[in-house]
Amino acid sequence: MALEVNGKTYETDEEGYLANLSDWSKEIAENMAKEDDCELTDNHWEVVNFLREYYEEYQIAPAVRVLTKAIGKKLGKDKGNSKYLYELFPYGPAKQACKYAGLPKPTGCV
Amino acid sequence: MGDPVVKKFMYINRHAPCGTIYAVEGLEVVLIGAAFEQEVCMAFVDDGVYQLKKNQDTAALEIKNYAPAYRALGDYDVHKLYVERESLEQRGLTEQDLMQLTYEDEDDDWKEKPSLKVVTRIELADLIAEQDVLLNF
Repeated sequence: MALEVNGKTYETDEEGYLANLSDWSKEIAENMAKEDDCELTDNHWEVVNFLREYYEEYQIAPAVRVLTKAIGKKLGKDKGNSKYLYELFPYGPAKQACKYAGLPKPTGCV
Repeated sequence: MGDPVVKKFMYINRHAPCGTIYAVEGLEVVLIGAAFEQEVCMAFVDDGVYQLKKNQDTAALEIKNYAPAYRALGDYDVHKLYVERESLEQRGLTEQDLMQLTYEDEDDDWKEKPSLKVVTRIELADLIAEQDVLLNF
């Protein structure tokens, strides 16, 4: 599969995750979100950026349970809970936010 | 429905980090399996102790360096990592050659604690005997 943004084509896997992490840009994330009828707010970006930092450090995309706990620690309890994260990312916070962050599908997401 | 059954799982890692798929697949299974909230530990024996070596660099092999992912195990509540002393000694390694892996103890005010524990072959045999499920990689 492929994704087209501003006339450039980017390779993705069959579920729409970017094939090359280094292809990622904010425009790609916004484009992916638009296709899901989702507009990225600062709250979305907070999670997306967090995931990119997590991947940079650990080389894996965290499972949703791990993400929820880690967000709670970093951004506070009112954000580190499933309700808040599912409202932002109704298709599943780890799966959907990882996609926008240009990461592979999270390890441990069943 | 009754209470969920919690079994004791041990993942035994015996292979060097690169050259075969065992180590990376084993790690992936541990991370996926962590979602099922079982009592999980890992053992590193034979060449498996190299998986925990500090400062791994896979650039020359042109493969991804997944060693940093071991540091995420604590986030996945996998924090009992046993390393066999005899395997280290046979390879001229000591605990100082290994990554410092820690976890935050939820029941102790999130205090950071070490995950790695060097055990003798005899101690490891006792640990193996306690398990319900053993998975070899």
